[in-house]
Amino acid sequence: MLRRTLNRWLGRDERRVDSRSICVGHRSSSNNEAFIPPKFCDNRIVSSKYTVWNFLPKNLFEQFRRIANFYFLIIFLVQVIVDTPTSPVTSGLPLFFVITVTAIKQGYEDWLRHKADNEVNKYPVTVLEQGRRVRKESEKIKVGDVLEVDEDETFPCDLILLQSSRDDDTCFVTTASLDGESNHKTHYTVPDTEKDLESLNATIECEQPQPDLYKFVGRMHIYKADQEPAVRSLGPENLLLKGSTLKNTQTICGVAIYTGMETKMALNYQGKSQKRSAVEKSINAFLLVYLCILVSKALVCTTLKYVWQNKPGQDEPWYNEKTQREKDTNLYLKMFTDFLSFMVLFNFIIPVSMYVTVEMQKFLGSFFITWDKDFFDPEIKEGALVNTSDLNEELGQVEYVFTDKTGTLTQNNMEFIECCIDGFQYKYQDAGTDLDGFCVTDGPANKVQHKAGREKEELFLRALCLCHTVQVKESPEQGQGQRDGLMDQVDGLGVDGKGLHPPPQEQRGFIASSPDEVALVKGAMRYGFTFLGFESKTMKILTRDNDVERYELLHVLNFDPVRRRMSVIVRSKSGDTLLFCKGADSSIFPRVRQEEVERIRMNVERNATEGYRTLCVAYKYLNAEEYAQADAGLREARLALQDREEKLMAVYNQVETGMSLIGATAVEDRLQEEAAETMEALQGAGMKVWVLTGDKMETAKSTCYACRLFQRNTELLELTVRTLEDGGRRREERLHELLVEYHKKAVQDAPPVKAGVTRAWSSANHDYGFIIDGATLSMVLNSSSESNSSRYKNLFLQICQNCTSVLCCRMAPLQKAQIVKMVKNSKGSPITLSIGDGANDVSMILEAHVGIGIKGKEGRQAVRNSDYAIPKLKHLKKLLLAHGHLYYVRIAHLVQYFFYKNLCFILPQFLYQFFCGYSQQPLYDAAYLTMYNICFTSMPILAYSLLEQHICMEVLLDNATLYRGIAKNGMLRWGPFFYWTLLGVFHGLLFFFGVRYLFGNPALQDNGQVFGNWSYGTIVFTVLVFTVTLKLALDTRHWTWINHFVIWGSLAFYVFFSFFWGGIIWPFLKQQRLYFVFANMLSSVSAWLVIILLILLSLLPEILLVVFRKPRGPHAGQLSQEGLLQTARLHLSHHLPIST
Amino acid sequence: MMASSYTAKEEDGHITVSGPGALRSRKPENTAFKQQRLPAWQPILTAGTVLPAFFIIGLLFIPIGIGLFVTSNNIKEFEIDYTGVDASSPCYNCSQSFSWNSSRPCTCSIPFYLEQPYESNVYVYYGLSNFYQNHRRYVKSRDDSQLNGDPKSLMEPSKECEPYAFHENKPIAPCGAIANSMFNDTLELFYNDPNGTKVQILLNTTGIAWWTDKHVKFGNPGGNSPNLTAAFQGTTKPINWRRPVFDLDADEGNNGFINEDFIVWMRTAALPTFRKLYRIINKKSGMVPTLPRGNYSLEVVYNYPVRSFEGRKRMILSTISWMGGEEPLSGHRLHRRGLRVLLPGRRAAARPPQVREQKQQR
Repeated sequence: MLRRTLNRWLGRDERRVDSRSICVGHRSSSNNEAFIPPKFCDNRIVSSKYTVWNFLPKNLFEQFRRIANFYFLIIFLVQVIVDTPTSPVTSGLPLFFVITVTAIKQGYEDWLRHKADNEVNKYPVTVLEQGRRVRKESEKIKVGDVLEVDEDETFPCDLILLQSSRDDDTCFVTTASLDGESNHKTHYTVPDTEKDLESLNATIECEQPQPDLYKFVGRMHIYKADQEPAVRSLGPENLLLKGSTLKNTQTICGVAIYTGMETKMALNYQGKSQKRSAVEKSINAFLLVYLCILVSKALVCTTLKYVWQNKPGQDEPWYNEKTQREKDTNLYLKMFTDFLSFMVLFNFIIPVSMYVTVEMQKFLGSFFITWDKDFFDPEIKEGALVNTSDLNEELGQVEYVFTDKTGTLTQNNMEFIECCIDGFQYKYQDAGTDLDGFCVTDGPANKVQHKAGREKEELFLRALCLCHTVQVKESPEQGQGQRDGLMDQVDGLGVDGKGLHPPPQEQRGFIASSPDEVALVKGAMRYGFTFLGFESKTMKILTRDNDVERYELLHVLNFDPVRRRMSVIVRSKSGDTLLFCKGADSSIFPRVRQEEVERIRMNVERNATEGYRTLCVAYKYLNAEEYAQADAGLREARLALQDREEKLMAVYNQVETGMSLIGATAVEDRLQEEAAETMEALQGAGMKVWVLTGDKMETAKSTCYACRLFQRNTELLELTVRTLEDGGRRREERLHELLVEYHKKAVQDAPPVKAGVTRAWSSANHDYGFIIDGATLSMVLNSSSESNSSRYKNLFLQICQNCTSVLCCRMAPLQKAQIVKMVKNSKGSPITLSIGDGANDVSMILEAHVGIGIKGKEGRQAVRNSDYAIPKLKHLKKLLLAHGHLYYVRIAHLVQYFFYKNLCFILPQFLYQFFCGYSQQPLYDAAYLTMYNICFTSMPILAYSLLEQHICMEVLLDNATLYRGIAKNGMLRWGPFFYWTLLGVFHGLLFFFGVRYLFGNPALQDNGQVFGNWSYGTIVFTVLVFTVTLKLALDTRHWTWINHFVIWGSLAFYVFFSFFWGGIIWPFLKQQRLYFVFANMLSSVSAWLVIILLILLSLLPEILLVVFRKPRGPHAGQLSQEGLLQTARLHLSHHLPIST
Repeated sequence: MMASSYTAKEEDGHITVSGPGALRSRKPENTAFKQQRLPAWQPILTAGTVLPAFFIIGLLFIPIGIGLFVTSNNIKEFEIDYTGVDASSPCYNCSQSFSWNSSRPCTCSIPFYLEQPYESNVYVYYGLSNFYQNHRRYVKSRDDSQLNGDPKSLMEPSKECEPYAFHENKPIAPCGAIANSMFNDTLELFYNDPNGTKVQILLNTTGIAWWTDKHVKFGNPGGNSPNLTAAFQGTTKPINWRRPVFDLDADEGNNGFINEDFIVWMRTAALPTFRKLYRIINKKSGMVPTLPRGNYSLEVVYNYPVRSFEGRKRMILSTISWMGGEEPLSGHRLHRRGLRVLLPGRRAAARPPQVREQKQQR
């Protein structure tokens, strides 16, 4: 960040202009003498926060920004400056410990980030310098360098493509890790650049870096020795983005134009901000309450002190005179220092050690995630990864799940499942014994002889082979040879006998803009029709009979999302002109002869419900006249300068009519393992799942159906470019209209939601699903008028919140983050979780409260920027339902317990002031004051907060509804907080007055000897330590040997320590206050009785509550036998305090 | 997003370390601890498990309660306020005419009648009220190393002793407010025999302080050297004291810092109303009660002023049981406590349905 600001500041001059000029290869043009090479930032990527020299100040600053740390610092300083009842060590030592531990932890994390950054920055790249190829580290790339990139390498910065090893001056790249689209995109070299890059003398003028991935404007001036400089325009098709990968091209050369933090990828990356969990917010709120209690206690004491001192003889009796200095001090100053002293005396009410314990709990607790063998994926041989341990408990609070589609919900791996020809269903089976590889499954008539005619079959397969924009991937070294080899092979097989089609050419690479086109071509191949590739303008296919057929490709009527279909016009060898068209059922059916539709519609609908992506295939013969007309129309429209799109569309629509339907296909985008089950569990747990994808709407929708996010009875509310244009009116108006309509439907007419119960996917009788696309979303968010904008946003949010699932398609990475941000900041600030696997998900992963990365195929960006990374989507279920739930319960209990135990620790001390003349006399010895939180009571709660399983994991996983029990920060709301505070007050009062009662006669020993004030404190303290520890023991539902060891161990330690501390005259102590106090206490029977009695009395109400609370809750009935008991326990131990 | 270039490296087959946290290609160990499957006892607090515990605890408390009831009934206590606030009080004069410097001590005698004989050891306490021994300024105003006999601290008392550290440029021994304000009334008990003679009752001055205090925590400078006067050479007595510290008792083993009256006083009381052990009247041999029933008189050498801060002075005679002196927490109460612990148990048993259901389902 700093670096960026610095760069911005340094590059002020350069920033002012709208464009930057770059000399290709740093060769300044000869005719521009006064050219000063402008400074650009280097290609370093910085994700770390600190450097060695700024670590200490910056980290300390960050740490003391925390309200608690700052508070302890103040207390410490007060203790140093003012004469206070306790020594500065009592608060200085813990504070130092906290600060150091946190600093070490953060330093370690930052060191890991440095390491990762270095790995990127030191990655070797090849730079062409004066004709030589120089290996350099990636961070040394400067703007203007000419780089060479090999196949399957990632571009180290944004490049303008100058040269490609392919003959046609193109190269293929995949931007999977940028926007999630894994298809291959074609990029073009700048026309007319010379083959010899060394002699190329050119400058590039282009716009300043901007985050939009799909926009780029520039110009390139090429200077030649004897000619006028040539100017070429540059567009996004010439730009290779950092983060995308070169595919299917041996090597390319390009000139760096944007580097480092100025690359489009880096600009799409949002600064990593410190994420804070909701629990921490609760802690801060509680802290404020306790701060108020503290201040009011100090105020009360100070006031009473001066009231009391007003009585004669009280302030300075003869036996207790003040020093001269005290007498001289100004009254108001004295009042103020008294106030501060009281603050210091009571400051233990705000637990220092809570922060240490919380930090340790989070840090150590996160190991359970990495250790979990259920998260281990044998394929990638990795388990889960925890990048931030601060958010463990947030996993138990998630209300909104934002998931990416490609690679997250789906495997991004299309597979041809079945087809339907002329109403007959064909399902491919691997056993190719059937004559033609087809076998008929439950078709309309389940008989072989009722299959569609062979003619139709072949027509259908030819259509599949021809109607696409797929290219055959050539293996760079032996492209030609391989193809020949294939031919030989095919010929050989042909001799062996027909019917045996060539072995599946799975290794054969196809490149296409959409993976399902590949799937279709591959599908056709399995049935015997192999697409062999282009030869200039001809498409070659290999038929079932091993004939190579050639078709001349006349026109491609491109796919677009509005038409939702594509066509090709081809001319066969025999001279027939054919039009093949494939597309969504809704766009094909109206354009074919109606009598054919019914037979196929049934199949298509069945396939769609099964979650497959369906396409219909149609064809028509064009006679010469028709073709001539279409040809002319297309050509004319293509050349039009104005309204080209509209004109083309009109021609397309005109051509694609009167076709006959041949069949339909079903392609499966294979879902991730257990994707549907996971989604179901998440919804059952009360989470709302939103799918945010850069993909097409149709694809995304079918995935949603497959994942059971949309059900059959889900009513879809669509707000996309298509629905906006349906009305034929202005988009804005239509948008407004639709929003209001949907709002009425989903929000106003919906039955009132009852506390999260009706949200279950199964129980709601009327589900709504909402679909919106990127373009429309930006209209909603950036509406022209300010008032509309916020209103639309509101309407949109309300609709979305009332829908079971929301699908946002065609999203740019930043738009994903925008959506997450919008939901995050909406009413009730729900906890959001984003899960994704590609770099396009990074911004949303960073934006959400919890970001989860999937260790998928699309690089490591998501994993690196996530808070947690898991190998598979299915692991999300356990991560949230089991780990998240447990972490939340643990930490919530930890926090409440900490406040409780410190309240009943300090309350007796407060009450004691009323009996010691408000003189700030501490009740407990300094050792006890310091050790209470550090040693005596810290370990049991830490063990509890690491090991507690109030409900065992299996039950949590089986009953997703249990997750709702802790929703909305259920255990840290004011209700439970109030309960715990009350309990603390009760215990504190009981301890103090119980012992006060005992000390009515301080002669408690059987030899008549008397106890003093330190004995008093020690008895109270003993009761306190035992009570709070046993209280925790009561709450512990999962007693492992560690719990036993730690609970009984720390009680034993307390006793041992007290003996030890009181058993020796400590030379370094000014006063031997506790000398033999503890031992003497134990020699008194009365003290024993009182201690036992007080402990029992304090725990009695708690025990009674636990025992006599009848189990209740909505889930009790649905749970299994054992589950019932578990739930009962959950409700007993955690829910009852809320309602009492 | 950053590290895009090494994605390619991975595809090349080199697995690279990525992101924070080292490469975890190893399968997580399948240990009970790491998988959070440690064998655990999962107690379920139901009426069924808790009620027996209640009964047992309740039953335990019944004998204790009975024991306490019996013993506390045997404890006898007698208390006299001899502050002399009322004009009718014998000590009124002494309390009125008070001066630290008066050379002639003021004495007063208070007669009292014991209705019951005191059989076992009788402990004599003095009690003070409204005396804030637990005031912070007071509590810290002592120097424990001086009291332990450290010669350095003897001559340079701790700062905490201010303003009772030096007097006339000499270090005060013992320094501090606590020592300075040591209780210095002398209490003597006389038994008025029915035949008219006045018998002084022997009051034991030892055994009133904690053994460890006397033998470890407190110590005279110069160790066991018999010449205390020399050991305290160069120091001065606390301002309010009439005698220097080496002149507190004739007995060598009870003089100086290890004087038990002094040690008792130095153990600061917890509350502003307190009592401190003054003397012990040992049980006589045979069947003779320690203090027979009858008339007594308390002779007070009235030195200690309490009127200025509205304080009170008391003399208390008490017997002691195995659990200490007479207590507010008497047997009655504890007995009742036993019942109260029992009570919920009974209530639960009388309360059938829901709880039972749960048990059956187990």
